[in-house]
Amino acid sequence: MKALNRKLARDLWAMKTQVVSIALVIACGIGAFIAAFSTHDSLLSSRERYYDSARFPQVFAQVKRAPDTLVSRIRAIPGVSEVETRVVQDAQLSIEGVGPPMIARLIGVDFAHPPAMNRLTLASGRWPAPGAKNEVVVNQRFLEARHLALGTRATVLLNGKLEHLTIVGTALSPEYIYATRGGGMPDDEWFAVFWTDAEALAGAFDMQDAFNSVLLRLAHGASQPAVIDALDRLLDRYGSLGAVGREDQMSHKIVSQEIEEQRVWGTVLPVIFLAVAAFILNVVLHRQVYAQRGEIAALKALGYDDRTILRHYLGFASVIVLLGAAIGLGVGDWLGRAMTGLLSDFFHFPSFEFRVLPGVALAGTGIALVAAYGGAIAATRGVLSMRAAEGLRPPAPAQFKPLLIERLGYARLATPGQRMILRNIERKPLRAAFTVIGVAGSVAILITAAFWYDSLDYFMDVQFNKVQRANVFVGFPEPVDRGAIGDLARLPGVERAEGRRSIPVLLRAGHRSYRTALTGVGDDPQLQRVLDMELREHWPAPGGVLLTTRLAKRLDVHPGDLLEAELLEGRRVKAPLRVSGTVHEMAGMNAYMRIDDLNRLARDGPLVSSVGLLVERSREPALLERLKEIPAAAVVIVTRTLLETFRATTARNTLFFTGILTAFAATIVIGVVYNNARIQLAERAWELASLRVLGMTRGEVSLLLLGELGLEIAVAIPLGFVLGYWLAAMIVSMIIPETFEFPLVIWPRTYLFAGAVTVAAGLASALVVRNRIDNLDLVGVLKTRE
Amino acid sequence: MGTVFSARALTKTYRMGEAEVQALRGVDLEIRPGELIVLLGPSGSGKSTLLNILGGLDTPTSGEVSFGDHDLSHASEADLTRYRREHVGFVFQFYNLIPSLTARENVALVTDIADKPMQPEEALGWVGLGERLDHFPSQLSGGEQQRVAIARAVAKRPEVLLCDEPTGALDYQTGKLVLEVIARINSELGTTSMVITHNAAIAGMADRVLRLGDGRIVAETKPEHKLSAAEISW
Repeated sequence: MKALNRKLARDLWAMKTQVVSIALVIACGIGAFIAAFSTHDSLLSSRERYYDSARFPQVFAQVKRAPDTLVSRIRAIPGVSEVETRVVQDAQLSIEGVGPPMIARLIGVDFAHPPAMNRLTLASGRWPAPGAKNEVVVNQRFLEARHLALGTRATVLLNGKLEHLTIVGTALSPEYIYATRGGGMPDDEWFAVFWTDAEALAGAFDMQDAFNSVLLRLAHGASQPAVIDALDRLLDRYGSLGAVGREDQMSHKIVSQEIEEQRVWGTVLPVIFLAVAAFILNVVLHRQVYAQRGEIAALKALGYDDRTILRHYLGFASVIVLLGAAIGLGVGDWLGRAMTGLLSDFFHFPSFEFRVLPGVALAGTGIALVAAYGGAIAATRGVLSMRAAEGLRPPAPAQFKPLLIERLGYARLATPGQRMILRNIERKPLRAAFTVIGVAGSVAILITAAFWYDSLDYFMDVQFNKVQRANVFVGFPEPVDRGAIGDLARLPGVERAEGRRSIPVLLRAGHRSYRTALTGVGDDPQLQRVLDMELREHWPAPGGVLLTTRLAKRLDVHPGDLLEAELLEGRRVKAPLRVSGTVHEMAGMNAYMRIDDLNRLARDGPLVSSVGLLVERSREPALLERLKEIPAAAVVIVTRTLLETFRATTARNTLFFTGILTAFAATIVIGVVYNNARIQLAERAWELASLRVLGMTRGEVSLLLLGELGLEIAVAIPLGFVLGYWLAAMIVSMIIPETFEFPLVIWPRTYLFAGAVTVAAGLASALVVRNRIDNLDLVGVLKTRE
Repeated sequence: MGTVFSARALTKTYRMGEAEVQALRGVDLEIRPGELIVLLGPSGSGKSTLLNILGGLDTPTSGEVSFGDHDLSHASEADLTRYRREHVGFVFQFYNLIPSLTARENVALVTDIADKPMQPEEALGWVGLGERLDHFPSQLSGGEQQRVAIARAVAKRPEVLLCDEPTGALDYQTGKLVLEVIARINSELGTTSMVITHNAAIAGMADRVLRLGDGRIVAETKPEHKLSAAEISW
């Protein structure tokens, strides 16, 4: 081995603690990068594979009742390759020992000839025996969410008649990866999908030789809008709600949003992370190389050319980066698997496998290498550009000036020791700035990791304590007379009741359109309010419609503009609507009208479709029992349980990510502070040993070195707070999901947490360095120049 | 080769912050092959600057200097690197060994890049360290470290050996040992050698003594008879 390579190996070994600490910083950056990008890719490819193998349709339509004879005409639509029709019906569901009634979506299946589209995957149990009219398979998440066992008996209200069904198996369907009746909240406990015998279902709802749900797969290259148009024309007179493509299919839409959110979460954050790690790597290597200027000069004097010396230090950087990349690959693989595991609770794919994308691993390593080389080259160049003679000279006493505060006349404030610290910082402001920026960067990462908690807590608080103050919601499958509000209000324990009307609607503005619901709100809502981000209350103006800003943006309309509304229920009224205003709500893509305006628009009497109840907490159970007896009240949602589920799943995921990011950020802080202290120690060993010889104690000497670092950390922390706020704002602005917007809320506890972790990491590195200061070899240090 | 080095009207000015330091103010000299030259002078007289320019570590501000027919005053950095690599051996006051390499490996640093070098073992044998090949600098005494540095300098069989205060950091006995090695290399290998010192006693072992003061050569003397390193004392 060449002597120079040996030097490389020995130097790396001698600096192993520093090498490892830098490699760990890189490992965190590369690990997060690999995990996030690969997880996103795994999500997409798992979904595609699932859609392909389960033959997920491209077009969906729902009608009231259409005859089977229509099928051949649908099949004749140009571009349609396959047609499937079925009966789908929602019904009230109750299960012995399980709280208030729920909703079951019953889907008719001929288990002897399984459907060609939306193929089911059996997750547990067995298929119903063909012809067994009272056996069903249910979506797996419902069973899990309710902790039910196979064999559970369920009662559904079919067309006014109670039917007892036995759950014999659970299944996965691409149609219900995310099962919800609407809205973005997890609905697993309240909404079940039952696949049941087609004939029995058709019989119960008088749908023999008829269907109310159409699924289409399209030929390659077919125009989806053209097919949807043709289908709409065919189905129009059968009470169609309008055919939709995948982009408007509820489960697909939510899954896509989630994946998109993952993309932002999983790409923006790691890229920032890798950038910070790369920056720190750059700084640390710069200083490491600079600290070896004496050796570089000696090599030059011996006749080594610049290129060889440069290559030597690039080798140094390469080893550290590759070590970091190797660890990062392991970290990324582990983290990716863990993330995939968490996400698979949400994304029910039959196979959801994580694999590291080689391209991502290479890109991450490449970015780290470039950053490391940048630092190494800049530092080596700097040293090489000196004449070799300069490097060999014992460094001339550095030039010091009186401090700024001394020049301003406040010198008496500082003791000689403090002056040494301050002058050192003032003499090399750039170096101090790098340390400060490095530490501030880690503080910022800690904040972006931890603020989600605040944001979510705030979101929950606003949603459930300010916007929706009702603790029980009663929903009616078909709208009922306003009198129901009074009936419910009279139930024991109910303190207040407020009704709303909600009608599915297709809103059009020019070529843009969006499916949502028109919500009719009362005059003085107390339990369900429309609040903006600043918690100001908004009301729709008489005769107009109030839109959530996200929806207004999506439709590209402004207050005063006209919208075309097509109600997708009842008489299917089409009418123009004037936008009276917009409201920057935290959640949803909502459109509000006054309830009387809405009922008039629908040409209905005074109807409501849901009632929110404020119920005395202690009387809630008794009330829920009473509600079971009201057949028309199908959906009863207790917001507290909704809140708890949401908090439980989200909190677990957030906690996991926060934990990981905290560990990463702490690694970075240690990497920066520790390396800084070690380099300073190497550079100033002479000075510090001399002071020891002059009679200063170990403590006093340590204070000189660590005091400087402490001061830098003290400056870095508030700077990091500001940086963290910006970073969080940037990330929040990049996530614009339809369902809800992350409010940028950072509470003091998060700042406190970030500051405390940084101080702890700083102290830990200081302790290690302090140990080295205590063991300074006084005689040895003074005898030789490095 | 008639002369090894020849210099004419060499000046060197350093800028130290706002101050300018004139290290050399017009030096003329000629060094002949095989000479052992001692450069004497108080600190700040320009000895090290002169040695660094002759060794290709630095270039003059004005004037001409050449090694044989190599012009050093206008040479590029690459030329100077090649020049140092092929022709010059350096010995420094503080040895400048690479702490992470053993004695043998420090010498190998040079033999790796030289044309017809000695074996590191041979070079270390020359300076009497044949037994301490695998010791790290930290395990060697100051004198031993300096001898490793000398072995490192001569292992490439350089034409010139330039020593900047080689005994400056050493005690009397060790210092003499190091001077003996330098004298032996000069006489037995015929390497032209220049030794910087502010210790006038060392002048006794020189073929020629150049005294520097304030950036100029103020005197040139030739001892009547050259002493061996063992014979000098201070």
